[in-house]
Amino acid sequence: MAQEVKGWDRNQMAERAAKELEDGFYVNLGIGIPTLVANYIPDGVDVTLQSENGMLGMGPFPYDDEVDPDLINAGKQTITELRRTSYFSSADSFAMIRGGHIDLSILGAMEVSENGDLANWMIPGKMVKGMGGAMDLVAGVKRVVVVMDHASKSGDPKLLHECSLPLTGQQVVDMVITNLGVFEIERGKGMKLTELAPGVTIDDVKAQTEAAFDVAV
Amino acid sequence: MKKIYPDARAALDGLTFDGMTVMSGGFGLCGIPENLIAALRDSGVKDITVISNNAGVDDFGLGLLLQTRQIKKMISSYVGENKEFERQYLSGELELEFNPQGTLAERCRAGGAGIPGFYTKTGVGTLIAEGKEHKEFDGETYIMETGLVADLSIVKAWKADEQGNLVFRKTARNFNPMMATAGKFTVAEVEEIVPLGSLDPDCIHTPGVYVQRLIKGDHEKRVEQRTVRQRETA
Repeated sequence: MAQEVKGWDRNQMAERAAKELEDGFYVNLGIGIPTLVANYIPDGVDVTLQSENGMLGMGPFPYDDEVDPDLINAGKQTITELRRTSYFSSADSFAMIRGGHIDLSILGAMEVSENGDLANWMIPGKMVKGMGGAMDLVAGVKRVVVVMDHASKSGDPKLLHECSLPLTGQQVVDMVITNLGVFEIERGKGMKLTELAPGVTIDDVKAQTEAAFDVAV
Repeated sequence: MKKIYPDARAALDGLTFDGMTVMSGGFGLCGIPENLIAALRDSGVKDITVISNNAGVDDFGLGLLLQTRQIKKMISSYVGENKEFERQYLSGELELEFNPQGTLAERCRAGGAGIPGFYTKTGVGTLIAEGKEHKEFDGETYIMETGLVADLSIVKAWKADEQGNLVFRKTARNFNPMMATAGKFTVAEVEEIVPLGSLDPDCIHTPGVYVQRLIKGDHEKRVEQRTVRQRETA
């Protein structure tokens, strides 16, 4: 019986994603695994986290006696401010996103296609929650990194020739980090596998991927 | 002209009518005009189109107006916290227009600034772009979005002076400043009304020209997701 290929766990995926952070970056982290990236910011790399509800310089969760209902992140979680923090309106927040002033967005996905299309906001007839700020982020931020499980819970590939779900953005993803490895996507040139998680083979990746990709590991 | 009203009900008197459009500030439950939402419910006004980033939770915020079926249509970016919303939408009782969050914010800003439309990259190639004008600028494709205005905007600020100059606090600012500009009438509720001259004129977020009526409210300020870390014990 074939052994299940695991590769990286959630925290290891976040740790790998954190290597994409550069000193001085302004970064927006999505909900889920991307939030964990904040725990792995490399030493000597100074980044400022943006929260799209209207804050730059997001701090850690508060201690119990510090909880402030006026201070939440885009996931509606209570957070804290830092000495560098600034607050602004949602219009200003998305002006800095749409205007290309945020360096990096790390977010989750349901599907990514080989040309960088992203689907992460809607399952027709089933899930009607809304896109929130995801469409603005992927259209406006300089670089978009997706962190997600390589396959769905039922084992279906999530890296596809074409997304089957409604898109969040067209040709917007620059990198995908899954539990099996790392893919880079260059606009108009397709997808290439650039890194394998420990213990994962190229054949393991191929077996769980529908999208066409070059191998450059 | 005196802008200060004794309570939320008095502040909405004469401003509500069936089929009206209402902008309601806030992000999640943070910075929502909770007293004015309750007064809107109590006014009994029906068939409201509500423009708000979120729809509250089942028993607080705009969820109160969903419970009483006073909302005909919502224009929002994310409604995932509200089960009653999902039920009413999936059963066809409630109309819904999803806007990307930044597009929604900019539509309110534009509406308040007298700008009827603008072009954005957000949503190009998605369901959001269907039926909208596409235009190229410097080789990039953009879609046209329209400005939004409302018959009534209800907003929440931290402090106001007697002229309706507003100051917001932390992330409770969110959609409130733009929505204050985009209402034909704007009613603000605040935690404290201070005498003229006690707010620093350089630090006013929303000038009083946008605010027609003002109340001091009592605020529950419910926390949606209380996330904390533990102190390390010595």
